[in-house]
Amino acid sequence: MNETAHIEHRDYAAAKLGMWLFLFTEILLFGGMFLVYAEYRQLNTAAFHEAGREMNIFIGAANTVILLTSSLTMALAISAIKKGMKIRSLLFQAATVLLGLGFLVNKYFEWSDHIRKGLYPDSPVLLAMSHGKILFFGLYYVMTGIHALHVIIGLSVIIFMFALTLRGNISDTDYVKLENTGLFWHIVDIIWIYLFPLFYLIL
Amino acid sequence: MEASFYHAKTRYPGIFGWIFTTDHKRVGLLYLFSTLSFFAVGVSLGLTMRLELIRSGMHFYSAQTYNAIFTLHGVIMIFLFIIPGIPSSLGNFIMPLQIGARDVAFPKINILSWGLFIMGGAIAVTSLFTGGGPPDTGWTFYVPYSIRTGTNISLAVFGVFLIGLSSTLTGMNFLTTIHRLRAPGMTWKRMTLFTWSIYATSWIQLLATPVLAITLLLIIIERNFGVGFFDPAKGGDPILFEHMFWIYSHPAVYIMILPAMGTVTDIIPVFTRRNIFGYSFIAASSLAIAFVGYLVWGHHMFTSGMSDTARIIFSLLTFIVAVPSGIKVFNWIASLYKGSIRMNAPLLYTLAFIFLFSIGGLTGLVQGALATAVHVHGTYFIVGHFHYVMFGGAGFGFFAGLHYWFPKITGKLYEEHLAKLACFFLFIGFNMLYFSMFVLGWEGMPRRYYDYLPRFNGPNLVATIGSWILAMGLIIMFYNLIHSLFAGNKAGDNPWEAASLEWQTTSPPPVENFATQPVVTKGPYEFR
Ligand code: HEM
Ligand SMILES: [Cu+2]
Repeated sequence: MNETAHIEHRDYAAAKLGMWLFLFTEILLFGGMFLVYAEYRQLNTAAFHEAGREMNIFIGAANTVILLTSSLTMALAISAIKKGMKIRSLLFQAATVLLGLGFLVNKYFEWSDHIRKGLYPDSPVLLAMSHGKILFFGLYYVMTGIHALHVIIGLSVIIFMFALTLRGNISDTDYVKLENTGLFWHIVDIIWIYLFPLFYLIL
Repeated sequence: MEASFYHAKTRYPGIFGWIFTTDHKRVGLLYLFSTLSFFAVGVSLGLTMRLELIRSGMHFYSAQTYNAIFTLHGVIMIFLFIIPGIPSSLGNFIMPLQIGARDVAFPKINILSWGLFIMGGAIAVTSLFTGGGPPDTGWTFYVPYSIRTGTNISLAVFGVFLIGLSSTLTGMNFLTTIHRLRAPGMTWKRMTLFTWSIYATSWIQLLATPVLAITLLLIIIERNFGVGFFDPAKGGDPILFEHMFWIYSHPAVYIMILPAMGTVTDIIPVFTRRNIFGYSFIAASSLAIAFVGYLVWGHHMFTSGMSDTARIIFSLLTFIVAVPSGIKVFNWIASLYKGSIRMNAPLLYTLAFIFLFSIGGLTGLVQGALATAVHVHGTYFIVGHFHYVMFGGAGFGFFAGLHYWFPKITGKLYEEHLAKLACFFLFIGFNMLYFSMFVLGWEGMPRRYYDYLPRFNGPNLVATIGSWILAMGLIIMFYNLIHSLFAGNKAGDNPWEAASLEWQTTSPPPVENFATQPVVTKGPYEFR
């Protein structure tokens, strides 16, 4: 026997287990940043309150709704493919991508608004403010930035899955790739659920 | 009989049959070759540092060059040699065989890990010649210096980030493999203790490395955008960086040592012809180390500024984490007792391991106790200590495993006399080199300097001579292994008459490891 004749071993439970383990690492990655947030909030509670007033709760809330809805469409895409409804699954995947893009567009307006006001890392406006505010905005850009990066990665993977579904590689007999993509998308969503109150609400 | 995996037809010809392989054995060998190459570079750098330090005064390294060299030496040895060392090379090759699997759970991710590792290594090397020149922070990248120095930190740190990602993926892969792909009859209690140690290590790789990843990312962000997390001038807290760094890097020392412990635990029963003493205790102590190892990072920061309460708690936990390691040492000794000992090279290296690791571990307690830690902090005592655990422990364990599994991997026998001679040189050289450092550190010689006061001349000379003897040992050892690879006698499938599963297939094994699906009916160390 040679390597070319290698049989594809398909192990559903292993694929799921691997994905869950990977998600642990994502939580720990963000956990590091939440730790930084916790310390600086503790040391600068008052400044964090003040800085939080600069946040646009409307955009934040809209983005929360958008992302939660996208998690729903993702779940619907998976249950559709399990039942063999390919077109339906494709539509829901496309909807997820659109919602994700909507999230990023909002984010873009939000960030540019702050940048226009001169509130960005190392800016003269920010450096003139108190330490707490500098840190708040630093955290805001870094945490939501790395989260946005995850949204972009997630969207790319979903688009890839879309192609696979179209080609029939993902089907009602083999859908674990789509399921795992869904898991990733949900974790991106869950992390936002924590970011939203920390930066917009508990002020 | 099936041909060995070396001769199997691969999807791509020649070298591409290796770098695009999905066979865990080939991936393991890729790792073995790459980590040992990095080791050779690291050793050469170490030898030149020792040469600079042969007498007080400046000889050929300026202060800045010396800083760059020890940083490079540390980064290579830690991230490119000892962390990936045993798990990714021997672990990759041996562990699936030991559990009777045909491959790891995700063969493609396995080769991806190696690719990321090589890319990370290449980027780290590139950082030496580009930008502001070679990094000079030490392997720990402490802020605020790592934020302020003009040297090429961002690139080097990014390289380490990729290596971390590779390590995380390997951990995920191995955990899934051990959970899902054990052969029929391979219960948890029939797994070898090497596989157990790889299992515990994988958990650490998975759960600690992301913290390093984010810490490194924050350095890059900090350098490029000046957000101020670690910059006191902007309200940031450099001590927070130390916490985050050590939350990963203490568990990482167990990524280094656990697989070596597992290796010698597999070797001892085979060369004493009796079952291991305290199987469950050894397996459980691996998990205990993996768990408690998370809670002791503060012992690296006793002098950095922490409340007394925190220091006392970290000190206490440090003493507690020493217990499982002690359990292992006593079990190894008990397994040797009244065994019919065959003094082959793997066992010889194992005995050296036990001796050196014990010294490393006990001096660790000197640093774990608050009063003495303040005295030895930042001195050569620390340098002696970590070389005893990492090199004397993890390194010698690796060498023991290389000899033990050499026939499995190559189908050849190494030359026994030469192997023993090498071990002898290594042992003598090692102790001359690093024991002198304990003396120097105790007398107050600080680490990370290119020069020292004349009163430290004596032990430094001994150390440098020791480094040459050590190097001789390494040359003999690698000469022997490489020469035997081509000219060694045929080993047969199971030259050591071992009972564990990896030896029950041909040596070297065929592509999917076992000609027929193995069924396991007994433990890994039952010889009768
Ligand atoms: C022949 C072998 C070796 C020699 C001669 C050697 C020598 C040295 C010397 C002279 C230093 C610098 C001490 C100072 O100025 O503070 C050093 C640091 C270090 N070595 Fe080695 N070493 C060797 C092997 C190893 C191995 C095998 C490892 C790890 C597995 C290792 C890990 C380190 C680390 C982590 C540092 C600290 C770097 C830093 O301060 O940032 N070394 N070594
Ligand atoms: Cu430690």
